[in-house]
Amino acid sequence: MKTSRLAANTVALVVAFLTAFPIYWMALSALKPPGEIQSLDVRPWTLHPTFGHFARVLTGEGFARYFVNSAVVALSVVALSAVVAFLAAVAVTRFAFRFRTTVLIMFLVAQMVPVEALTIPLFFVVRDAGLLNTLPSLVLVHLAFSLPFAIWMMRGFVAAVPESLEEAALIDGASRATVLWRILFPLVAPGLVATSVFSFIAAWNDFVFARTFIISAKENQTLPAALLVFFKPDENDWGGIMAASTLMTIPVLIFFVAVQRRLVSGLGGAVKD
Amino acid sequence: MTAMAAGVTAGSHRARARRGRGRVRPWLYLLPALAVLVPLFGYPVYMLGLLSVFDYRQAQVSGGQPTTFVGFGNYATLLGDARFWSVLLQTVGFAAALVVGTLAVGAALAVLMTRIGTVPRVALSLAALAAWAAPAMTGSTVWMFLFDADLGLVNQVLGIDGFNWFFDKWVTFGVVGATVVWHSFPFVMVTLYAGIQAVPGSVLEAASLDGASTWQSFWRVIVPILRPLITIVVIQSIIWDFKIFTQIYVMTNGGGIAGQNTVLNVYAYQTAFGSSEYGLGSAIGVVMTLILLVVTMFYIRALHRTGEKL
Repeated sequence: MKTSRLAANTVALVVAFLTAFPIYWMALSALKPPGEIQSLDVRPWTLHPTFGHFARVLTGEGFARYFVNSAVVALSVVALSAVVAFLAAVAVTRFAFRFRTTVLIMFLVAQMVPVEALTIPLFFVVRDAGLLNTLPSLVLVHLAFSLPFAIWMMRGFVAAVPESLEEAALIDGASRATVLWRILFPLVAPGLVATSVFSFIAAWNDFVFARTFIISAKENQTLPAALLVFFKPDENDWGGIMAASTLMTIPVLIFFVAVQRRLVSGLGGAVKD
Repeated sequence: MTAMAAGVTAGSHRARARRGRGRVRPWLYLLPALAVLVPLFGYPVYMLGLLSVFDYRQAQVSGGQPTTFVGFGNYATLLGDARFWSVLLQTVGFAAALVVGTLAVGAALAVLMTRIGTVPRVALSLAALAAWAAPAMTGSTVWMFLFDADLGLVNQVLGIDGFNWFFDKWVTFGVVGATVVWHSFPFVMVTLYAGIQAVPGSVLEAASLDGASTWQSFWRVIVPILRPLITIVVIQSIIWDFKIFTQIYVMTNGGGIAGQNTVLNVYAYQTAFGSSEYGLGSAIGVVMTLILLVVTMFYIRALHRTGEKL
């Protein structure tokens, strides 16, 4: 028993090391002086860390601006999608109505649609709406693409809350709105947070839409599309790519770590019988 | 007696609430979602289908040329093209390998998580979160750098300086596949682990009181309870892996040498934006959507079989 526990712990630590290593390597390479990156004698540490790559990326390439743009788009999507998906999830889990199954299946089917292929028709939709080169075009499109999955996922979290809680509150004289926002909403908050992670990542990562909709307004460009600038056919600027990649990864990492604590706390308290 | 009366009252109250406003209220709650989805999702899907039956190229987009209806012409072109079939085949094979790999790694680690000390568990959780959080784009760039022919760490460690991992078709698929699994196993691991944790302790206690071993509790109690969750995880993996785009597009620079690593999604994109064949690209998109629709049918049927309420 003791040995199997030790073996399990060892395997877990080795897997953890291997899984985290690429992230470490990215941050390390971003801090390495150019000479060490070009060196054929690769070392897993550096004695001369430098912020040269970051400085070049942030000032020379205007990444600070793209960073803010990406954040505005992703956070708008998260806030809007949380409320919209919550309401829709309540509708499909708590009510029996005509076409309920049809609506649910549509949400499921919508997740299947290959998003990249929709870039072509969406370009014309966005153009006709006069939203080309604007950040709202990205917010709206990402909201649309994150909703089906968000609703599908929220459905599970809403269903996990015993209906008896709401019924008890209704009997006690609480209004529908109170039950919805003061009782159900806090209970599914961990689920909403988990769902938000997906919406945030999808919006933060995307470069296909950013490159398609933001054509001429360079000041409205977002991070991933700007990152492509560093890829050159023959000599990749690895220092710059790793620094830009690190900048792009940090906010998502922070978001995840913040969320993780609330994920673990889960459905505690009232839900436990 | 009082309790029973209260129960009856609650029951009729519930029934009234259900029947009374049950018709308008759900649509009220669905309204915001539909207001976004109909114009920005439904309509583009319709347009994708429409574009696929037209001869729609650069000349029509910006040249003012009239668009001509070609019916199933674009589809006939596709089905008669050996390249399309080979891309389709390798997309299915690659996706299948990714799904199996992701699920095997994710499920094994989820179970492992329940049997280890706090420190390794936190370490594994944080590492998995980091891999999960890393945008597909930056994950691709880091793995490309790790496997770089001259400056990559992997070649240095293995002592095979100058070996190009992105030359041979299958080796390339291997490296890209590893990147995808690295990126997607944490979702499976975290979801299944959370599911295992959410199994009420009282149920497991009851099982062990009835004389069930750990092994029996796992297969007879935990797995059946988690079946809906497992099904969801499987289907999500299939959807994501069949639609794989970013890793292939970035790591193989748009589909590899002579397009040898092209998958359907990249193929559709390249056909539309690389070759300005918007109609043909749309047709590939429609074919992909139809294939995924079939997968969905199986999923919905599986949901019905397991008795899960939609």
